[in-house]
Amino acid sequence: MSILRSVGTEFQKVLTTRMWWLLAIVLVGYVALMSGGFGAFLGWAAENPDAAASAGGSTAIPPGVELAPLLYSFASSIGYVFPVLLGALAVTTEFRHRTLTTTFLTEPRRTTVLAGKFVSQLVVGAAFGVMGFATSVAAGAAALAAFDLDTGLDSSDTWALVGRGILAMALWGAIGVGLGALVPNQVAAIVIVIAFTQFFEPVLRLVSTLNDVTASIGRFLPGAASDALVGASFYSVASLGAADSLEWWQGGLVLLGIAVVTTVVGGATTWRRDVS
Amino acid sequence: MGDGTTIEITGLTKRFGAVTAVDDLTFTVEPGRVTGFLGPNGAGKTTTLRTLLGLERPTAGTATFGGTVYRDLERPLETVGAALDAAFHPGRTARDHLRVTATAAGIRSSRVDEVLEQVGMSEFAGRRVGGFSLGMRQRLALATTLLGDPRVLVLDEPINGLDPEGIRWIRGFLRSLAADGRTVLVSSHLLSEVQQSVDEVVIISRGRLVRTGTLSSLELDASPRTVVDSPDRTRLAAALDQAGLDYAEGRSGFIVSEPDPGVVGHAAFVGGVELSSLHRLKSGLEESFLALVDEGAGAE
Repeated sequence: MSILRSVGTEFQKVLTTRMWWLLAIVLVGYVALMSGGFGAFLGWAAENPDAAASAGGSTAIPPGVELAPLLYSFASSIGYVFPVLLGALAVTTEFRHRTLTTTFLTEPRRTTVLAGKFVSQLVVGAAFGVMGFATSVAAGAAALAAFDLDTGLDSSDTWALVGRGILAMALWGAIGVGLGALVPNQVAAIVIVIAFTQFFEPVLRLVSTLNDVTASIGRFLPGAASDALVGASFYSVASLGAADSLEWWQGGLVLLGIAVVTTVVGGATTWRRDVS
Repeated sequence: MGDGTTIEITGLTKRFGAVTAVDDLTFTVEPGRVTGFLGPNGAGKTTTLRTLLGLERPTAGTATFGGTVYRDLERPLETVGAALDAAFHPGRTARDHLRVTATAAGIRSSRVDEVLEQVGMSEFAGRRVGGFSLGMRQRLALATTLLGDPRVLVLDEPINGLDPEGIRWIRGFLRSLAADGRTVLVSSHLLSEVQQSVDEVVIISRGRLVRTGTLSSLELDASPRTVVDSPDRTRLAAALDQAGLDYAEGRSGFIVSEPDPGVVGHAAFVGGVELSSLHRLKSGLEESFLALVDEGAGAE
């Protein structure tokens, strides 16, 4: 039962500090802007193809691409950085504020503490997923409806996508815990999350599509695996080649694998060290 | 002593690379008394306590609560209350910190307000720890140790940062905890800071044990001495030599190994030396503490 108690404790730790709702507000704002804004632009472009062609050179979207899944998946394709950050902070904060002393005095079985963080951040990540997709579906569908385009809300595929997206966000929360256990320095962990998710990975994904061999490796990048799990992403539209992505369940396994491996390795190294 | 209330340190050694922080340390701490764990900064006090509490691994030896290491305690917070560095998440309120800890330890949450009351912090319960003074954080750390109503308390420099009122309060508090039959171990780098509240002392220096015993046994060591000074120290030294008195020259005069200032005054009178001061040296306890600590340092 100590594992349940540990999960409960970690929830309480998240909810008694302000970081979770600060990040939640930024997530909702960012997703609303991208999903609603992009939706409005695409809707306008679909209604005025001539004006769009003269303004942007070509129509913004290739024919045959469904707009609704693209817009809704913004919640995870750009929002996944938030559960990672919160998961990493759940670990690094304990080092930074030296609260690990009290934590380990209260629960000397360190593996139990880390397992509690892993499970609780899965749930917190899922909660961020619910908030993110509620926002992207609301803003995206509103934009599409305004231009009389198909919102896909009556399609079970849409809701399956939302479900897989929430699962992806949950796994990202657990990856954050693993990253924090590997890199306990808070500033370093945040820099790694931001630099990797916002710069290195997008560049790598675009570059990897230039060649068949690199493309087959590139689809294992965490962000690409996440998009494969969700089943749609503006990256798949923006990429140059038509690289095959992983199956949705393969994408999910890649994310789960990253979360488990980083947490286990971190748990066997930095987490075991003397707390002084 | 199978009830886990006696702290037993046996042959404890802790090395950090080439540095030996704790060197073959052995002592026990008994219930019903306040034990002062003393030594200068860097003597190895904190390392000893962290090893005892399972936060650091010993290089050799054991540190247990009646034979059980901290990690194996069934319900650690209800056996041992420990305050080490008064570190909290600055964005969490005092009450929330205690609630989180109570949840983690499986302690009923009604204890939270009880311990806040006990350390006199009820009115600050809803305030974020980030705005707290060191003294208030010390009180909150103490409240945390009391959550599980433990039989053993281990407090690292709990008096640090307290104002005079707080110091008076914690002295009485430690005494009342020991009077309940609890084991209380309090570390400090100043004997004078804890001498009014401790019964026993364990003194270490450079990681080694230099003395254990009652405070009164330490007092016996501290034989009173006399301080004497003269405008003409050369003639005073001659007069003390003449009278066969041992002395050492200090900043404020000669420190003479003679408890009776009258004897020293008489020696000066016989030698015809003018005196500028003559009095008994009072702070013998702190002096004998420093002497012990210096001996330990010299042995290195």
